[in-house]
Amino acid sequence: MPRVGVFVCHCGTNIAGTVDVPAVTEWAKTLPGVVATSDNKYSCSEPGQASIRKVIEENRLNRVVVAACSPRMHEATFRRAMVQAGLNPYFLEIANIREHCSWVHGNDKAMATEKAKDIIRMAVAKVTNNEALFPKTIGITKRALVIGGGITGIQAALDIANAGHEVVLVEREPSIGGHMAQLDKTFPTLDCSACILSPKMVDIGQHPKIKLMNYSQVQKVSGFVGNFEVEILQKAKRVDYSKCTGCGTCWQKCPQKVDSEFDVGTGKRTVIHIPFPQAIPAKPVIDWAQCRYCKFLDWKAAGEQGKKPPECRVCEKVCPVQAIDFNQQDQVVTEKFGAIVVATGYKTFDPAVYEEYGGGRLPDVITSLQLERQMNAAGPTGGEIKRPSDGEHPRTIVLVSCVGSRDAQKGRPYCSKICCMYNAKHAIMLKEHDPGVQVYVFYIDVRTGGKDFEEFYLRAIDEAGAVYLRGRVSKIYQDGKKLVVLGEDSLMGQPVEIAADLVVLAAGMEPNIGAAEIAQTLHISYDTYGFMVEAHPKLRPVETNTDGILVAGACVGPRDIPESVAQGSAAAAKAVGILSQDSLTVDPMIAQVDPAKCIGCLLCVAVCPFKAPYSETTRDKRTIAVINEALCKGCGICVAHCRPKAINLHGFTNQQLLAEVQALW
Amino acid sequence: MKSTSTYAYYPGCTLKTTAREFDVSTKALCGALGIRLLELKHWGCCGASSAHGTDHLLALALPAREIASASQMGWPLVAVCAMCFSRLKHSEAALHDESMRNKLSGIVGKPLPASYEVLHLLQVIDNMRDRMPVTRPLSGLKAACYYGCVLVRPKDVSRMDDVENPQIMDRVIRAAGAETVDWNFKTECCGAGMALPHTDIMLKLSLRILNQAKQAGADCVVTACPLCFANLDGYQKQMKKTFGSDPEMPVFYFTELIGLAAGISSERLLINKHTTDAMSLLKNKGLAGEPVHA
Repeated sequence: MPRVGVFVCHCGTNIAGTVDVPAVTEWAKTLPGVVATSDNKYSCSEPGQASIRKVIEENRLNRVVVAACSPRMHEATFRRAMVQAGLNPYFLEIANIREHCSWVHGNDKAMATEKAKDIIRMAVAKVTNNEALFPKTIGITKRALVIGGGITGIQAALDIANAGHEVVLVEREPSIGGHMAQLDKTFPTLDCSACILSPKMVDIGQHPKIKLMNYSQVQKVSGFVGNFEVEILQKAKRVDYSKCTGCGTCWQKCPQKVDSEFDVGTGKRTVIHIPFPQAIPAKPVIDWAQCRYCKFLDWKAAGEQGKKPPECRVCEKVCPVQAIDFNQQDQVVTEKFGAIVVATGYKTFDPAVYEEYGGGRLPDVITSLQLERQMNAAGPTGGEIKRPSDGEHPRTIVLVSCVGSRDAQKGRPYCSKICCMYNAKHAIMLKEHDPGVQVYVFYIDVRTGGKDFEEFYLRAIDEAGAVYLRGRVSKIYQDGKKLVVLGEDSLMGQPVEIAADLVVLAAGMEPNIGAAEIAQTLHISYDTYGFMVEAHPKLRPVETNTDGILVAGACVGPRDIPESVAQGSAAAAKAVGILSQDSLTVDPMIAQVDPAKCIGCLLCVAVCPFKAPYSETTRDKRTIAVINEALCKGCGICVAHCRPKAINLHGFTNQQLLAEVQALW
Repeated sequence: MKSTSTYAYYPGCTLKTTAREFDVSTKALCGALGIRLLELKHWGCCGASSAHGTDHLLALALPAREIASASQMGWPLVAVCAMCFSRLKHSEAALHDESMRNKLSGIVGKPLPASYEVLHLLQVIDNMRDRMPVTRPLSGLKAACYYGCVLVRPKDVSRMDDVENPQIMDRVIRAAGAETVDWNFKTECCGAGMALPHTDIMLKLSLRILNQAKQAGADCVVTACPLCFANLDGYQKQMKKTFGSDPEMPVFYFTELIGLAAGISSERLLINKHTTDAMSLLKNKGLAGEPVHA
């Protein structure tokens, strides 16, 4: 016999201010099966839970309804109280009379009280039909995959490896390092970026627990928390890393020069290359599509039409250890992991859509990342600031904030967060490089929320003499050798016109190329712009709605270096939290197929967003669907689609839900 | 090949007065292109400046009156003056809202359609630019297409082209055989109505446009706006007097240049009536007078 107890919570005045709690508590005694009721100021508090436990024991209750806030808030709390009182925790129902009632019906107390009664009546009807459920356990693979070798991924990989677990770090480019490797100095301390990054990169290369897969991409992901199976595409490097010593002869001799991605188009690199001197691994790859020998082979394959390209193969001739392998092909490897950290980072907004700023056609209008490469002593100009058009040293330099940030017209309404600070940095550094320059900064607001950030910004004004003008730049155009920058000083209420030698656009951050595809491969959500969506923006910032898949750094939203590092470490802690367990507990409120009723239509396989159902052949050669218990989230979509009603959702069975609905009439 | 298409035509006040060459060249060009223009009967003010600076409802009602009579005729409405076009487009957009449509309909005393299309002549020509009968290609002419501030703005109302670097006029001028230059001042302010209260501001802004066109390598500027034309063409001597530099830059309406390409004589298009000499340039390029047939 069900013996139901109903516990009505005041939630201070949150509920009691609108719903007549004593009257509801008294009324609940009349419901079928209810043997005890009580009310409580704060049911979730320790004394509140203790009183619930006491009533359960005194009245030998075997079903409990707590009429309080949303189950998302405290269902777990009250389930623990049930266990402490010796009951199966799935004999609990939460009647949400706060979010669903008192908070939204504050102006009609009588009706709110009636609605609270209805909600409780339904919960009692359902709990009477509840069954005991028991969680299951699954084993886990104690290895982690980190996608993306920027500073976030590097930090995550090192932290997981230092906790004693194996890590595979997958990086799309020939070297790890990400954007931080491209920077000259970092705000607000003006540390040399490479100096603080390189040691960490070396650690990755040498760590016995870390396997680095450069020039590789994640292609397919299946499985579930603790048991992921991942296909990784290793692009052909055409260099045998087991032989290569990284001596550098090949890239010094390669005759084919192309634009360097690392220098953002401001410099050149060879076809066989490492992207920058401190690259890890310090071994080259051949950019095959641009290689002379590749073009020669294409010409041969096309029947030797047209002019014969040079066969080249210089790298092969000069390599002292015969490491060049032109026949190397792309390879797909499959690896198993218990947890995945996504740290795919960002790319800078392409300002070519700003036609008012020349649409990318004015040579002396550059982006901040291009300026960063010019400032870098290892960059294409050896650390000298030069105008791209004529190589002259600029005297008047204008920095433009919020290009591709805070601009709804360009589809980027969000703040990119880092630009205010790197503009201040550039103002200081430009003055350091050449004390004769005058820097102007156009801004909407200067946002300096961070430790020592405001002081750093003031340094740009006080020490570097940068002139800050509040207003958006309306137009940039070429007038002879000068660039004319038109804008407004909105504090003075006057138009401003500056004849500049160089204009630097602070291009905002957007998700990296292919971020949306990676999210789709992993079945995690991403927003309108392609940033990954965290499980909760405040309380679960590095988790996703898919267990075991963690996100960190600028792939989630604009982040600076300290934040990215912190998130890398946070994701590592979450990954280690999974990997350090021997088995994982799975929520029993999941779908189950009745094999006798299943007709094998497999509609459930098609509709499931978590890929939980799969087909199986029974001993009598029938095709039926089976639910993977570790993948099922208990959403119920398959239940609604199942025509022969073969699928039932534990905790939300058809019988339970119908009882709930019938209780209303 | 001639295409036959019919449009209701709204000239607007300037085309009958200071911008007569725009009206004349529009009619001549459309005749040559096989576009039938039926001028609206008893057309009135589009509300430019005076109305939309005074009263929002009046600013919508005046053009709505023209839309009502055009839709009664059963043809799409074509305008050439950039400001008239803009005012008509604002009213067109207002028609989507049912309560506003009913209100406007009550004011003008005629039924108004829920959706109606107002076109600029550039859009009509752009659609047929591959079939345009070019008998005298404008070879050797380098034109800076100047759209002015209002033709393509606001973007959601005009729905014509990019607001910073529009291309539609460049396309049709190129289809007429001329070269167009890539420049940065296509939609900058010419000073517009400031010509009267603050002539110095207008002179500065217009001179900058002409200088930029010159720097981009253009030998003429093409417009679609009578006010832009008046400022750019009519004040070059005064620019010289004020700033010491005479731009000497011929200015055309797009209808004049395409008219030349379609074989209409420069005199019939009234190009000889411009304030700034445009005939010398045409003579240099062999485009003046009647086309010479081989």
